[in-house]
Amino acid sequence: MVSNGGGNSGSKIRWGELEEDDAEDLDFLLPPKQIIGPDEHGIKKIIEYKFNDDGNKVKITTTTRVRKLANTRLSKRAIERRTWPKFGDAVHEDVGSRLTMVSTEEILLERPRAPGSKAEDSKAVGDSMAQLVKGGAVLMVCRTCGKKGDHWTSKCPFKDLAQPAEGFVDKPPVAEANMPGGAVKGAYVPPSLRAGAERPAGTEMRRRNEENSVRVTNLSEDTREPDLLELFRPFGPVSRVYVAIDQKTGDSRGFGFINFVNKEDAQRAIDKLNGYGYDNLILRVEWAAPRTN
Amino acid sequence: MRPILMKGHERPLTFLKYNRDGDLLFSCAKDHTPTVWFADNGERLGTYRGHNGAVWCCDVSRDSSRLITGSADQTAMLWDVQTGTQLHTFTFDSPARSVDFSVGDKLAVITTDPFMGLTSAIHVKRISKDPSEHVCLFCLCADILVVEIVPEISESVLVLKGPQGRINRAVWGPLNKTIISAGEDAVIRIWDAETGKILKESDKEIGHKKGITSLQKSVDGSHFITGSLDKSAKLWDIRTLTLIKNYTTERPVNAVTMSPLLNHVVLGGGQDASAVTTTDHRAGKFEAKFYDKILTEEIGGVKGHFGPINALAFNPDGKSFASGGEDGYVRLHHFDQDYFNIKI
Repeated sequence: MVSNGGGNSGSKIRWGELEEDDAEDLDFLLPPKQIIGPDEHGIKKIIEYKFNDDGNKVKITTTTRVRKLANTRLSKRAIERRTWPKFGDAVHEDVGSRLTMVSTEEILLERPRAPGSKAEDSKAVGDSMAQLVKGGAVLMVCRTCGKKGDHWTSKCPFKDLAQPAEGFVDKPPVAEANMPGGAVKGAYVPPSLRAGAERPAGTEMRRRNEENSVRVTNLSEDTREPDLLELFRPFGPVSRVYVAIDQKTGDSRGFGFINFVNKEDAQRAIDKLNGYGYDNLILRVEWAAPRTN
Repeated sequence: MRPILMKGHERPLTFLKYNRDGDLLFSCAKDHTPTVWFADNGERLGTYRGHNGAVWCCDVSRDSSRLITGSADQTAMLWDVQTGTQLHTFTFDSPARSVDFSVGDKLAVITTDPFMGLTSAIHVKRISKDPSEHVCLFCLCADILVVEIVPEISESVLVLKGPQGRINRAVWGPLNKTIISAGEDAVIRIWDAETGKILKESDKEIGHKKGITSLQKSVDGSHFITGSLDKSAKLWDIRTLTLIKNYTTERPVNAVTMSPLLNHVVLGGGQDASAVTTTDHRAGKFEAKFYDKILTEEIGGVKGHFGPINALAFNPDGKSFASGGEDGYVRLHHFDQDYFNIKI
């Protein structure tokens, strides 16, 4: 809304005749300040004109919405204080100074958990694996569509999968549900293999579990160990995740290993994830070749 | 709720204070000018120019006519709230950290930091009784003031020394009979305001494990809450200094306040300011955390700051609160209706 002031008012006073310093003296050339409203919606418009540094006339329209924030009963003194003149730095404050703003973001008092879910929480305390899954659910962010808390990347409905996903999409929740449910079926699971087994026990098992090691190749460069864990955890307890990192560059070398606690879980993961599109690359998942030593 | 953002300070906030009627909000920051805002719409009413260092603390008299500020420029200043004129300057040998008016506004307790070999100290100063006398002497005949008033007003009534490290907060106890202090040595002390003797000290076992950053009295003055770097806040009886409640959180607590309306306690904090840039913004936990005062259970968190929260204050009507952060913003939150119906 910058208009060249010279054209409008040049007939009365020539700009060249005026000294440069007394720009303030030109204020009489400006149209008076206009205040419109506030109307029934609380919209108030203030139209002001002033000269900017280049000597151009600038029209400033400030639109504000007056909102009643809280019903407060004010004391007599408080009402009197309302009329106090501004002092200090506040004296020179004009409408344009955006010192006070109303947040554009709606801020809520975020409850730590949904009301009524207390009992459920305490039940899960003993089951560290279930807690892990729960904890993960909070940070559930789909890397494909960016949706939060709705689905995992692996279950993103918007993903054009290299391989039809019908087999996979529905499976992980089943696998998740089955995992702690081993006992439901009545089969005995040794404590060290149970979902809630302690991590240190898992590291002890590492040597024996080498045969449950799954190799993943054709990983994208951005894939890190937590991503792999997130991808593979639905199939069962995972004891180790490793992504090969180039020592010099720090970049991923594009392959990694996942050790499952249970062989069956590993097999299921291979079946489902081999050929699965992940971060626009097609994963190759297979049994890791036995180490040659 | 949509908080009101007030960006009047150029440096991190240090302290917030509402006046008794709850219509004015005073803010102190590490820039040199304390500021007063209208607490309903966040409009700036004025600034108090004169300090030459970070302003750490302020207090306003009950009738909202006088403001006292403590600053790192080794002075505490008395201001006229309405006009922003300096009425008096108390000069110390070290930075003033905390100020608090007594009941009746006739005395003020001011704490000073350990500095250049001096130990920390708590000073009790007498504030001239008659505000009109101040106006007369200070505004109209400033020369006389220096000669006559200074000796009367500037002499400390009482100076308390002893605690190691900085005293972060000192407030008056019930009926001005005691002074409660807390600071870096993690010990809460109750002093006799007449004799200057230590009456009670908090137990090392049950007390805070790290420095106490903030202390706030309840509205009725029967109990107070302290926040500490040991990631907890504790509720104490003001007379017996017995520990009533303990609130634990995940981050160092920089500021605490209590709702005057509901049984809510608010803790503000966050990771060290120096670590902020090295981590994800979600890791900082720069939330104002609400706890149930009695059940000590977390009710919720109010996000928004992108630096640690250094100051918190509840409006005396309990319907809004303000938080000030290391990010230089004051955020004024007016609660939605559903806040008042929260059930645990």
